[in-house]
Amino acid sequence: MRPYQYYRPRNLKEAIDIVSSEESARFIAGGTNLVDLMKRGIAIPEKLVDINHLPLKKIEQKAGILRIGALALNSEVAENKIVKAKYPLLVQALNAGASGQIRNMATVGGNLLQRTRCTYFYDTAFACNKRKNDTGCSALGGINNMHAIFGLNEKQNEDSCIAVNPSDLNVALAALDAVILVMGMKGERRIAFKDFHRLPGERPDLDTNLERGELILGVELSMENLSKHSHYLKVRDRAAYAFAIVSAAVALDIDQGTIKAARLALGGVAHKPWRLYEGEKMLVGQPVSDSVFKQVAEISMLDARSFEHNAFKMKLVPNVIVEALKIAAGRP
Amino acid sequence: MTDKSQSTNPEPDLSFDRVDGHVKVTGAATYSAEYPFDHLAHAVLITSTIAKGKITSIETKLAGQAPGVLAVVSHLNNPGIPGYGIAKQPAERAPMGTAFRIFYDGLIYFDGQPVAMVVAETFEQAVHAASLVHIDYEVEVHQTNFEANLPKATIAPSVQKNKNSPFQDYDRGNAEAMTNADVKINATYIIPTQHHQPLEPHAIIAVWEADDRLTVYDKNQGVKSAQGNLAQIFKLPRENVKVISKFIGGAFGSGIRVWPHTIATVLAAKIVKRPVKLVLGRELMFTSVGYRPYTVQKIEIGATKEGKLSAITHEGTGQTSAYEEHLERTILATRAMYACPNVSTRYRLLNLDVNTPTWMRGPGDATGMFALESALDEVAFALQLDPLELRLRNHADSDPERNLQWSAKSLKECYEMGAQKFGWKNRSLQPRSMKLGGMLVGYGMASSLYGFHRHPSKAKAIILANGSVVVQSATMDIGPGTGTAMTRIAAKILGVQAKKIRFDLGDSSLPDAPGQNGSSTIPSVGSAVHVACESLKNKIIALAASMPDGDFSKPDPSEISIKNGVLYASSNAEKGLSYVDILKFHNLPQLEVTEESKSGPERDQFSMYSFGCHFVEVHVSPVTSEVRVKRVVTCADVGKIINYKTARSQSIGGIVGGIGMALMEASVMDHRRGRYLTRDFASYHIPVHADIPQIDVLYIDKPDVHVNPIGSKGLGEIAIVGVAAAVANAVFHATGKRVRELPITVSKLTDDEI
Ligand SMILES: Cc1cc2nc3c(=O)[nH]c(=O)nc-3n(C[C@H](O)[C@H](O)[C@H](O)COP(=O)(O)OP(=O)(O)OC[C@H]3O[C@@H](n4cnc5c(N)ncnc54)[C@H](O)[C@@H]3O)c2cc1C
Ligand code: SF4
Repeated sequence: MRPYQYYRPRNLKEAIDIVSSEESARFIAGGTNLVDLMKRGIAIPEKLVDINHLPLKKIEQKAGILRIGALALNSEVAENKIVKAKYPLLVQALNAGASGQIRNMATVGGNLLQRTRCTYFYDTAFACNKRKNDTGCSALGGINNMHAIFGLNEKQNEDSCIAVNPSDLNVALAALDAVILVMGMKGERRIAFKDFHRLPGERPDLDTNLERGELILGVELSMENLSKHSHYLKVRDRAAYAFAIVSAAVALDIDQGTIKAARLALGGVAHKPWRLYEGEKMLVGQPVSDSVFKQVAEISMLDARSFEHNAFKMKLVPNVIVEALKIAAGRP
Repeated sequence: MTDKSQSTNPEPDLSFDRVDGHVKVTGAATYSAEYPFDHLAHAVLITSTIAKGKITSIETKLAGQAPGVLAVVSHLNNPGIPGYGIAKQPAERAPMGTAFRIFYDGLIYFDGQPVAMVVAETFEQAVHAASLVHIDYEVEVHQTNFEANLPKATIAPSVQKNKNSPFQDYDRGNAEAMTNADVKINATYIIPTQHHQPLEPHAIIAVWEADDRLTVYDKNQGVKSAQGNLAQIFKLPRENVKVISKFIGGAFGSGIRVWPHTIATVLAAKIVKRPVKLVLGRELMFTSVGYRPYTVQKIEIGATKEGKLSAITHEGTGQTSAYEEHLERTILATRAMYACPNVSTRYRLLNLDVNTPTWMRGPGDATGMFALESALDEVAFALQLDPLELRLRNHADSDPERNLQWSAKSLKECYEMGAQKFGWKNRSLQPRSMKLGGMLVGYGMASSLYGFHRHPSKAKAIILANGSVVVQSATMDIGPGTGTAMTRIAAKILGVQAKKIRFDLGDSSLPDAPGQNGSSTIPSVGSAVHVACESLKNKIIALAASMPDGDFSKPDPSEISIKNGVLYASSNAEKGLSYVDILKFHNLPQLEVTEESKSGPERDQFSMYSFGCHFVEVHVSPVTSEVRVKRVVTCADVGKIINYKTARSQSIGGIVGGIGMALMEASVMDHRRGRYLTRDFASYHIPVHADIPQIDVLYIDKPDVHVNPIGSKGLGEIAIVGVAAAVANAVFHATGKRVRELPITVSKLTDDEI
């Protein structure tokens, strides 16, 4: 770890000013990801701007919209009464992540921005486009069992990075069509969740569309009518404390046996939380039935492709889609 | 915490607590890295990022100028480690059998090899400076891929030279038997490299008390052997080296050797003339302290229709480094386990550009029994016979390898007790036929065995003037509760409460004892403590006899009982004579004896093993292929149980390790670089609480009167032997899918069918 300066800003503006203007300054929240990256020499900030005391911790509901502050802890969100009552999907996703101790440190903002767990990314002895663009992707010809099967169809994406976004929370937020509130030098802006994370393209080093110095203020959620029939399914070799091999977040609006609206997102399969828009469309207006779910899984896999060690995901993912839909619909 | 484990066999005695439990859980126990020193300097290792080649330059200028840096040590400025001799110029690759010499000549033998060490005032300064060191290499082509190099495997050179080596090719009976068998199976089993990852990483503080006097606080499993090794390497008189290792946060073979990083730390302390501390980071644990080697095993078994094994061939090949052999018992259990007249075994080694493996809990046997016990399950399936019944039909009533009677063997009772507790009779014969709540349910079982080891050991027992007792031996406690067991032995013989007994261990100045390995501590040191305490008891009874009080004038120990440090003659249960009074009368500050205990001719008269079995229930999701272990029942015959409470913990630990071995543990290497990818707990999985179900631990608890005076055999290793097979067999029973390459992960089980 390189020596760095620790700074505690007086307010949001000062925090944003510093990180916007100083190339090697970084916000630090719970530090559960950033500190690990610093220890491995992957993040080398010269200045850490501690945001933990800034007023971004609140979880509040206004006019049917739930706003979760960026500094709300993963464990606080999962324990929050409103969240528990109205967004059980979020609770399930959060509790499926990391360990109790880490959830007590990890913040919502930090979780959104946690970096991939591709083992090559973590080892500076290997080339990695995400760590340093244009150096090559070691996972492509290497061990890639944990890697992506979606979002690769353009050559550009495959050659640059085949890593997956590791967050559980992100998958649920994707399915819940969350909005991310951010603030930068130019003021506040709202980013739709689908536009927050990126595919690797020419810039695999960038995970999101945040601009330098932009601070996440919080996350907004609406769509409560989708909360009755929802489920987060996470597949992992170890029963706890393991990143998802594959996960699925499902939220359905079911009226008298007919699906009125559907949200379907996958984790562990792409560079960003992966929404299955085609599948969602297909579900609308359909009855709750296994054969419909199977068709959804089938068409969802049409644009998937695999690498040497992750071919099993081609078989696992459709199973997971069907199962998550079944459980969400109450037909396990 | 809820107690998940219980036993049904005769009223398990949970009364005797771990004697050091309190200091451990309160943080008062001092581990190797925690000894306070003024002027302690901190060391950090820099390791190679290539698997083979040589260092062409090491740029240390920036590091040398970084704040707090005291030294940057490498082969370029190493003042010399006396035991290594002088490096050749130009450097030459070491002949086979040479332990890796740190900072010797700049040759690289494996990725992750320590190549330089930075010593600084603080740990953070050392880490920072290490990041400024730049090393250039000349890369040579390396070989790390086991499968690709398998044809190059050979009989180990040391075995070739030694006709009596157990690793010689072995054939008993008639090879034809295989051809004539009614049913045959032929399968290849693979276990990946698995790494030692105790909670406490290896750590050392090296202190030169004088130019020729060294003290090291080192995490290891044998202070005496470490002392001898360090004395040899630094050419010091043995008595000038002191090794302290009192508390150990887990080790199951990783601390048997003195590793190069320990030697480097001692060297660094000499260079900076200050105490130096090194703690291996988790990442370094993957290349610094050995591992269970990648091993491929081919097994062929022939059986009669009636379920009698007619022939077994077992070929095992394990990996080792390019500079040292590492031999494991992999194929040996197969010769002794079942009553099969025709058995052949082959054992080969494959040299790769990796570091040398080491012993890891149940070394060789855990590996070999995974294959043998999986294969037996395959035979049972082929015969459509209950797997337990197959084992009963082939029970070895005497040792078929040595043609000797067993010193004791209650394996049949283990099977019976275990099966009963588990409810084995509820198992349906066909795989994939049991289901529960949408899950596929599987029952699997496996036998286990582990050889008996006993080494000469000494113990000193002392009664102090205040009537309390001290027992000492240079033995170790890597976690099983050595001090607790020894205290219990002493308490019983000397009639003193446990709280008035102190057991000292982990210090090389104490009486000779072997390192803690091979499940030999209770059999060896336990015997020494037993003998020393008996002898001390006789001595104090003799002193009592010489006192004017008539009750004890006839010194017959069997007529005398001791309670709370007071002797009572059977003739007069009212009037006692205390240790305190006896010592006072004789004007003695203390009374002590030192005794040695070792095995005798019984070793040639009996074949000595611990035996046992495991029963496992797994649930497998037919949708996600996730495997979860739901229940384990284990039963072992390890002779007399000294302390059930700590023994049970040992067994549970072994089962947990076995579950990890079966379902999670694998060190994955990228062979393009010969470099491990899984070098943290996010990628190298070991079980967490949520993976561990109820574990029932049963013991036969009958003394084996032939092995030693206490009738106890080892328990540590057998606890894990066979567990992986029991889990794999349960997975087969649940799914109908036989996974022969560990670990059994979602990726291996996922297919269209499941
Ligand atoms: C062992 C382990 C296991 C884990 N397992 C899981 C798992 O199973 N599932 C899962 O989803 N996660 C898992 N995690 C990841 C964990 O959820 C994240 O580390 C955590 O959410 C990050 O939050 P933090 O507050 O600690 O972020 P930090 O480490 O403080 O920050 C992470 C990044 O976000 C930036 N940042 C933080 N807050 C803001 C903000 N408000 N605005 C702008 N930038 C900001 C920082 O600059 C930094 O770049 C695991 C982590 C560990 C260490
Ligand atoms: S997949 Fe992405 S993160 Fe992994 S090595 Fe390739 S570029 Fe780096």
